[in-house]
Amino acid sequence: MTWTWFHRLASPPYIYTLAARLTPWFAWPAGLLIVAGLWGGLVLAPPDYQQGDGFRIIYVHAPSAWMSLMVYTTMAIAAAVGLIWRIKVAHAVAASCAPIGASFTFAALVTGALWGQPMWGTYWEWDPRLTSELILLFLYLGYMGLRAALEDTQRADRASGVLAVVGVVNVPIIHYSVTWWNSLHQAPTVMRLAKPEIAASMLVPLLMMLLGFTLFFVAILLVRLRGEVLSRERSASWIREVVSA
Amino acid sequence: MSRVVTRIADSLVQTDTAPSTQTPAGPDTAQASVLEAARLALARDLRLAFRKRDQLVQPLAFYAMVTMLFPLSISPELSRLREVAPGVLWAGALLASLLALEFLFRDDAYDGTLEQYALSGQSLTWLMFAKTAAHWLLTGLPLALMAPLAGLSLGVPAAALPGIVVSVAVGSIALSLIGSIGAALTLGVKRSSALLALLTLPLSLPVLIFGARATQLAISGGPLLAPIELLAALAVLGLTLAPLAAAAAVRISLE
Repeated sequence: MTWTWFHRLASPPYIYTLAARLTPWFAWPAGLLIVAGLWGGLVLAPPDYQQGDGFRIIYVHAPSAWMSLMVYTTMAIAAAVGLIWRIKVAHAVAASCAPIGASFTFAALVTGALWGQPMWGTYWEWDPRLTSELILLFLYLGYMGLRAALEDTQRADRASGVLAVVGVVNVPIIHYSVTWWNSLHQAPTVMRLAKPEIAASMLVPLLMMLLGFTLFFVAILLVRLRGEVLSRERSASWIREVVSA
Repeated sequence: MSRVVTRIADSLVQTDTAPSTQTPAGPDTAQASVLEAARLALARDLRLAFRKRDQLVQPLAFYAMVTMLFPLSISPELSRLREVAPGVLWAGALLASLLALEFLFRDDAYDGTLEQYALSGQSLTWLMFAKTAAHWLLTGLPLALMAPLAGLSLGVPAAALPGIVVSVAVGSIALSLIGSIGAALTLGVKRSSALLALLTLPLSLPVLIFGARATQLAISGGPLLAPIELLAALAVLGLTLAPLAAAAAVRISLE
């Protein structure tokens, strides 16, 4: 088996055209799945017997929270690949991930707060998951801040790559220490829902939303990646050929 | 001071050229020279700090002032202050060690010492380890020794003080190591202090959590071994990984 297909991925002109070709293959299924999942979740699924219609925000909240972690992992893997094999395109992928991940994290926090107001009686509760999510947002902001502070692209790539790898080692530690902290401090006033058997009519839309959000992330990533490659290679000659073609 | 630098430079150059020009040295001598270089770097940092004392004094003064903010802003009643004392002591220690990170690499980056370290052929990881160790001796340990004073001013009973000293001493090892990565990554960034805080604080939160917990248990007289062991685990993890990451970050910054 040859590895040429893999090595070609490291070539900016190839990845630029490949990303352009692949984008609709992710964007359309993502759109269809999200629309279908929202229809299933907001209209077809029955109201929860405890939370009423309030639980429906889970269809946006849970996929956002899931994506916030998955995007960080993707970013750290891309950064590690870029650091180890010195592949510029991998750094471009990592750089494109960060704002998307920060947006998903922000969305998860906002939807969590909106859910908390009717359910817990407060917008913000120092719940371990909310707190971990907030820390994750700071990790994204730190990554983007470091990248913005370094003007030289290569240096920004490698420095922020080290930060992403250090961060991914720390994410589990932070998560468990926050969980531990919370279990010591928080009086059990918050309504704790035992994990009920989730009905299929509620679960299927949720899975559709999860898959839809994942595909949506890939589509957005491909679009951002093209922008990133364009701005990095702005002085390269192949850009002129691609743009004039 | 220049003599110190020359001596280190000499020793670095000697140990650098020795294995490459002659027959390869055995593992024992290479090991010894690495440790020797680290020892010299550590001694140099300590000597410089004792000649220019602001590095020693400023974080301690900052710690005292942060502690003073809380009685003034919350309440002068010792019973209420005692409740918030763990948080005050640890938030203050965290902020003071963050402030002290400025001293870790800044001067060495300005005068080219870091470049010499990177070019010396010695293990940059070990040199980073030595610099971080010096930094902990110069800021972490004094902060730990200062913590009882801050604690007493917040109404902490005297029996709790040994536990507080141990927890701050162990926790600040982890803080120095985590901070060394952030400080190395932001080398050469103008007005880097806000960025440094943004990079370092999220990674330091486990230390804050376990440290404050140990302090709380020390004040209430509970068994505080478990959180201190967790702090020690964080410190050990930092000892194994942080110098590697800091060395990589310094190399990137010097490119």
